[in-house]
Amino acid sequence: MLGGWYEPGSSPLHRTPAGWKLLALLGLAAVVFVLRSPGWLGGICAAVVLGYALARISPRSCLRVARTLGVLVAFMFALQWWLLGLDAAVLVCLRIVAALTAANLFTITTRVDDVVSAVERGLRPLRRFGVRPDRLGLLVGLTLQSVTVLSKIAAEVREAAKARGAQRSVIAFAVPFLIRTLRHADELGEALAARGEGDR
Amino acid sequence: MIEFEDVGHSYGERVVLSEVNLRLSERRVAFVGANGSGKSTLARMINGLVLPSTGRVLVDGLDPSRKGREVRRRVGFVFTNPDSQIVMPTAGEDVAFSLRRSGLSAGERAARAAEILTEHGLGGYADHPAHQLSGGQKQLLALCGMLVLDPDVLVCDEPTTLLDLRNKRQFCTLLAGLRQRVVLVTHDLDLLGDFDRVIVLDGGRVVADDEPEPALRHYRKLVG
Ligand SMILES: Nc1ncnc2c1ncn2[C@@H]1O[C@H](COP(=O)(O)OP(=O)(O)OP(=O)(O)O)[C@@H](O)[C@H]1O
Ligand SMILES: [Mg+2]
Repeated sequence: MLGGWYEPGSSPLHRTPAGWKLLALLGLAAVVFVLRSPGWLGGICAAVVLGYALARISPRSCLRVARTLGVLVAFMFALQWWLLGLDAAVLVCLRIVAALTAANLFTITTRVDDVVSAVERGLRPLRRFGVRPDRLGLLVGLTLQSVTVLSKIAAEVREAAKARGAQRSVIAFAVPFLIRTLRHADELGEALAARGEGDR
Repeated sequence: MIEFEDVGHSYGERVVLSEVNLRLSERRVAFVGANGSGKSTLARMINGLVLPSTGRVLVDGLDPSRKGREVRRRVGFVFTNPDSQIVMPTAGEDVAFSLRRSGLSAGERAARAAEILTEHGLGGYADHPAHQLSGGQKQLLALCGMLVLDPDVLVCDEPTTLLDLRNKRQFCTLLAGLRQRVVLVTHDLDLLGDFDRVIVLDGGRVVADDEPEPALRHYRKLVG
């Protein structure tokens, strides 16, 4: 996750049905991992960047993506160069850039609700094998929610440890982080039960 | 009508509620008491999140331990921390999530959600990332997630504890204007002035049950 969330808009990309976008994203991811030509991969990266322009993503969001991705790619590049050599490093980084920017473009232009309904529709035939498509929306929502809540807890716990001059202590981080995470899980479970999840 | 008949509860060896007998028919009822006095445990029994070890609870004649689903359909619950109650990425989706079993189409659910949000001052936030709302707005959103189901009773366990004074007042004014019967657990005693009934718990027992003024006087005396 590069930090992009749905941003309302009316561009052609926003209006494309979620299911098609998801298929396109999966297709692109598959292609990117099969391709071995830096030229083609570079071309795909450029196409995705064009997609950002087409979707009229705000410069602020683009900057945020670029920043997060920049750090990640610099790190991966250095590591891969050292381990596997320059060619492999370029290849891996182009793949990462193409896949992550495309995934992020998808999350920025697509409502989670729409993705979920699309996947629900797609998975409906699996219902007879015991798959419960209606649970999927919840799963997606909770996953996204957990990411934000856990990072918030981690940040607060780190601050508290720092305030006590214990920023290097593993225990000062791990213990409160675990306790608050478990408590969050508890509260979340209760809130879901109160909203009728689990009642059938 | 919410009835507690000789309700007792213990976690392992520790008795946290005993001999609670209450018949709540008033529109606005509050539970107050020291930390650990059993308020949350009692409140959670109203929608079956906690089942009593002894005695029984009835909500409009329904026992949450047997008819949990029906009871929860009548009873909405707002918790202290909105971060744990919001499960969807945007405000609109979160409210719509409550309606997932309503039989409405996705479009109708979204429209209904937007309506409720607008009604409670969150109009224009339907597509807003829920985690970027302010604390007060998040608690409002949690409330909207319940109100969209149009429950008869709304139980709120310290809903204003994390809010600033202004948001506290706003939240309470909103509660006051609701059609729903409200059961409020709180430590903010000055919000209770116009409640119909205040119940004071101490060590798991009801020690006062009266109009706000005498009940709170008793509570203050208890604290010393
Ligand atoms: N899940 C649990 N397991 C064991 N003990 C519990 C559990 N939940 C609550 N208790 C205990 O039950 C007692 C009553 O707790 P409860 O949460 O109902 O108090 P409260 O009046 O809501 O307090 P507060 O004002 O701090 O929220 C406390 O002594 C608490 O330690
Ligand atoms: Mg409590």
